[in-house]
Amino acid sequence: MAKLRFHIRYPEERIPDPILYQIGKEYEVITSIRRADVRETTGWLDVEFTGDADEVDRAIEALRQKGCIVDPIELNVVE
Amino acid sequence: MTKKMQSLVCRECGKEYPTLDIHVCELCFGPLEVKYDYAAIKQAISREKILAGPKSLWRYVDLLPVEGTNFIGKHAGFTPLVHAKNLGSFLGLDNLYIKNDCVNHPTLSFKDRVVAIALTRARELGFETVACASTGNLANSVSAHAASAGMKCYVFIPGDLEAAKVLGNLIYRPNVIEIEGNYDDVNRLCSEIAGERHWAFVNINIRPYYAEGSKTLAFETAEQLGWRAPDQVVVPMASGSLLTKIWKGLKEFEKVGILDSVSTKINGAQAEGCSPIATAFRNGRDFFKPVKPDTIAKSLAIGNPADGYYALKTAAESHGAMDAVTDDEIVESIKLLAQTEGIFAETAGGVTIGVLRKLVKQGLIKKDEVTVAYITGNGLKTQEAVVDSVGRPTRIQPSLKHFTQTFGIEESP
Repeated sequence: MAKLRFHIRYPEERIPDPILYQIGKEYEVITSIRRADVRETTGWLDVEFTGDADEVDRAIEALRQKGCIVDPIELNVVE
Repeated sequence: MTKKMQSLVCRECGKEYPTLDIHVCELCFGPLEVKYDYAAIKQAISREKILAGPKSLWRYVDLLPVEGTNFIGKHAGFTPLVHAKNLGSFLGLDNLYIKNDCVNHPTLSFKDRVVAIALTRARELGFETVACASTGNLANSVSAHAASAGMKCYVFIPGDLEAAKVLGNLIYRPNVIEIEGNYDDVNRLCSEIAGERHWAFVNINIRPYYAEGSKTLAFETAEQLGWRAPDQVVVPMASGSLLTKIWKGLKEFEKVGILDSVSTKINGAQAEGCSPIATAFRNGRDFFKPVKPDTIAKSLAIGNPADGYYALKTAAESHGAMDAVTDDEIVESIKLLAQTEGIFAETAGGVTIGVLRKLVKQGLIKKDEVTVAYITGNGLKTQEAVVDSVGRPTRIQPSLKHFTQTFGIEESP
């Protein structure tokens, strides 16, 4: 079982959508939100995904397909 | 030595952790930073003790996150603070200073500060291998310090870097890994590797210690100004960490009694082609929107900056400002600094000077205020940015006549 942490940003037009709920239904992953800030024009979540590593990868790819931007929890580490 | 480090503490929820190689709060995933015992440090530190210390950043060891004295990077820091009278006169400032990290040791950028701290702490924590993900200055510094310390080194770079920057790593013979993919791919892979391997990734699992090295720019500035805090500083922003740590350093000096008071305005500078933090500030937002970088200031090209939120908070708390400049303004400002003060800065320096000019023009920095601009890297590393705008040498025939004619100089009688 892998535990992986991500920073997920929602595009403005997808803020009302229950995207994380949908991902939890569609993939065998457990999502645990640790911090979040969702407003009218912006939204982000810090989330831990638990599951088979390949399944987490698929869930992350699906988030991207839905228009989310998914980064490691550290954000940009290339300096 | 005093037990000065108490813990690592989450910047968001305040949960405390032992001073190990961890960087993210297990509870809320907020970033961790070092918590010090300032009461004990106040007893140990003094201006006299600092003055008697080595001519390097290690003279401030009482406020740095290391436990022993087996330092790596013994000569980093204590770079010149230049009273920039010519540039000041051009801009209408009487008290302008340039903190010149173009000449930092050993790799000519401010990264030598953070890396000296990171590698010293990494060795204290038992690491034999260090690593980083970088496009330039950080990789150079990690490679050089690892070579001198005899540590194994892995440097991860995007696959499309300029040859000169790759060479600047290879010369120290680290393991240089070019990753086929864009910056996002490099980010992702390095975060994964950092989680898998027992390596000291200086800007990932060692980041709480690494970032503290930037405070030494504030300590030196205050000392070199004669134990006073500047009225204004202008700081380039990539991740935003440097700006927050300069503020933290000044406030720490106040807290432990080295400075009487600090009311410095902390101003941030970015390139328009990658200005998530400055744009948020200009729009009056307390959050930033990540961007895809497109600027010649590659050392500042971080589109989703880890400390962006904290940089905005610092500017607000200190009543500072933020702004951004175009690539053309960056080049003009590099030339202006070189031609007035004889300092050849890399593109990040052009960003700092460009924004300094804007802030003066906007009336946010006043004529008599003691102002410090931080120049964080050497222009020899980013020559491609200015190569087409500095002209060519004047070519003449090898004769005195040609020389005097070309320059309109009278021949000696």
